[in-house]
Amino acid sequence: MTKTIIKVENLFKQYGGQDVLKGISLTVNEGETVVIIGPSGTGKSTLLRCINLLTKADRGRIWLDDREITLPGVDEDEVRSHIGMVFQDFLLFNHLTALGNVMIGLTKVLGMSHDKAKSKAMAELARVGLADNADQYPGQLSGGQKQRVAIARALAMDPRVILFDEPTSALDPELIGEVLEVMRKLAYDGMTMVVVTHEMGFAREVADRIVFIEKGSVVEEGPPVDLFYRPKVERTREFLWKLTELYGKHERKQADGN
Amino acid sequence: MSEWIVFFWNILPDLYDGALITVRLTLVGLGIGFVIGLPAALARVYGGKWIRRLAVGYIELFRGTPVLVQLFVVYFGFPDFGLTLSRLSAAYIALGLNSGAFQAEYFRGAIQAIGDGQMMAARAIGMSRLKAIRYVILPQALRLVIPPWSNEPIALMKASAVAFLIAVPDLMTKAKIIAAHTYNPIGTYMAVAVIYLVLVFLLTAIINFIERRLRIPGLEMEAQRT
Repeated sequence: MTKTIIKVENLFKQYGGQDVLKGISLTVNEGETVVIIGPSGTGKSTLLRCINLLTKADRGRIWLDDREITLPGVDEDEVRSHIGMVFQDFLLFNHLTALGNVMIGLTKVLGMSHDKAKSKAMAELARVGLADNADQYPGQLSGGQKQRVAIARALAMDPRVILFDEPTSALDPELIGEVLEVMRKLAYDGMTMVVVTHEMGFAREVADRIVFIEKGSVVEEGPPVDLFYRPKVERTREFLWKLTELYGKHERKQADGN
Repeated sequence: MSEWIVFFWNILPDLYDGALITVRLTLVGLGIGFVIGLPAALARVYGGKWIRRLAVGYIELFRGTPVLVQLFVVYFGFPDFGLTLSRLSAAYIALGLNSGAFQAEYFRGAIQAIGDGQMMAARAIGMSRLKAIRYVILPQALRLVIPPWSNEPIALMKASAVAFLIAVPDLMTKAKIIAAHTYNPIGTYMAVAVIYLVLVFLLTAIINFIERRLRIPGLEMEAQRT
C-alpha cells in the first residue's frame, strides 16, 4: 500500500475579503511528483505556503505522515523542518556561502555538529552539481546555481516532501534546464515533490499526477496523459492549449529572430 | 599662524584630558544606545501591537526632544525620584538613551531592507522566529546598517558637547576654562574644532575598516533588490 505523505482536506483561505482557496483537497503519496498548474493568482503559491504552515489557512485540515499539523499546539517549527521549500526568487541567505546556506539548517535546527553538517552539506551540493561552488556567496552565483543551492538547502534537512513554488520562473531561459534537470533526478530518485510550475514539458515528462487549479478550486487532476490528451473538463483543455500555444508562439518568434 | 600653533601646543595637555572624556562619553553613549536601540528596532519590526507602540513611543520621545533637555531631566530630575547620579553617569545615560532612539531607526531601516523573504526562507527550514532573527536577519542587517549608522558616532560625539552644561570635564568644559584663563577664546575654540575633526576622522577610519572587514560579495546589491 502506498503511504500518504501530505493530505489536505477542504482548505479555505481569504486575503482581504478575497477567496484565494475555496475548499481545496489534495493527497500526495510517498515518492510521487505532483505538479500543480493553473493561471496566476489562483492560489497555487498560497496552497504551498499553507501546507508548510507559513500561512495559516482559515479552514480545513492538513496531515503530514498521518499527523494532523493544523491542530492547535503543534510545534510548527518542527513540522517545517520536515517539509522542504524552494522559492521562486531563491531566497538564499545572502551572508552565507553556498555551503553555509546548506549547513545552517543542520547546525541550528537539527543541532548537528559542525563537521557532520559540513560533510552532509557537501554531499548535497555535489548532488545538485555544485561541489565546486561551495565557498561562493549567493551574489557570486548565477540564478540557476542559486536555485540549485536552494534545492540542496532543502534536501539537506532530509524532508518528507519538498514544495517547489515556481522554481524556474525567475530564471533566464538558458538557466532553466539545469534546475529542471536536478528536479527530474530527484523525482526519479523517489523524492516526494509538489511542484507549482508553468513548465509543461517538465509536467508532462516527470509528473505522476497533474492538478489543475483555478480560482481557488481543483478543476481536474490526473496523470499527465489524461490531462494533456483526454481532459474531462473543457476548461482544462483550454488552459493547456493556451499554454502550449503561447510557448509555441514564443519559440517560433525566437526562431524567426535568429 | 605660528603663534597660534605655539598656543595650541601649550593648551594641548589640558585639552587632551577633556578629549579623553569626550571620547568616553561617545563610546559609552554609543554602547548604551546600541544595547537599547537594537532591541527597540526588533520590537518595532517584529513585536506585537503593544511592544511596537512602546518602542515607537521611546523612539519618538527621544528623537523629538533636544538632547540638552534629556540631559537636564536625567541630571536634575532623577534625584526627585530618589536616583542621584554623578555628572558623568547622567551624561552617559542621557546620551545613551538619545543615541538608542536614533540607532533604533537605523537598525529598523536595515532590517526592513533585508526583506520578508529571508525570514520566510529561514522559517521554511524550521527555524523559530528568534533563531531566524539571530542567524539570518541580524548578520545581514548589521552589515547593511554600517554606512547609515556611521553618522551616529559622529553626531553623538558632537552632541556630547552638551555635557559641558552640567560641568562634565569634557573637551568643551576644558576649552571654556582655558579660554577664560588665556583671554583667547577664538584660538581655544579653533583648537577644540581641530581636535573634534581629528577624532571624527579617526572614528570614520575605524568604521570604514570594520565595514571592509565584514564585507560580503553581493550582499549590498542583493539587499537593495529585494
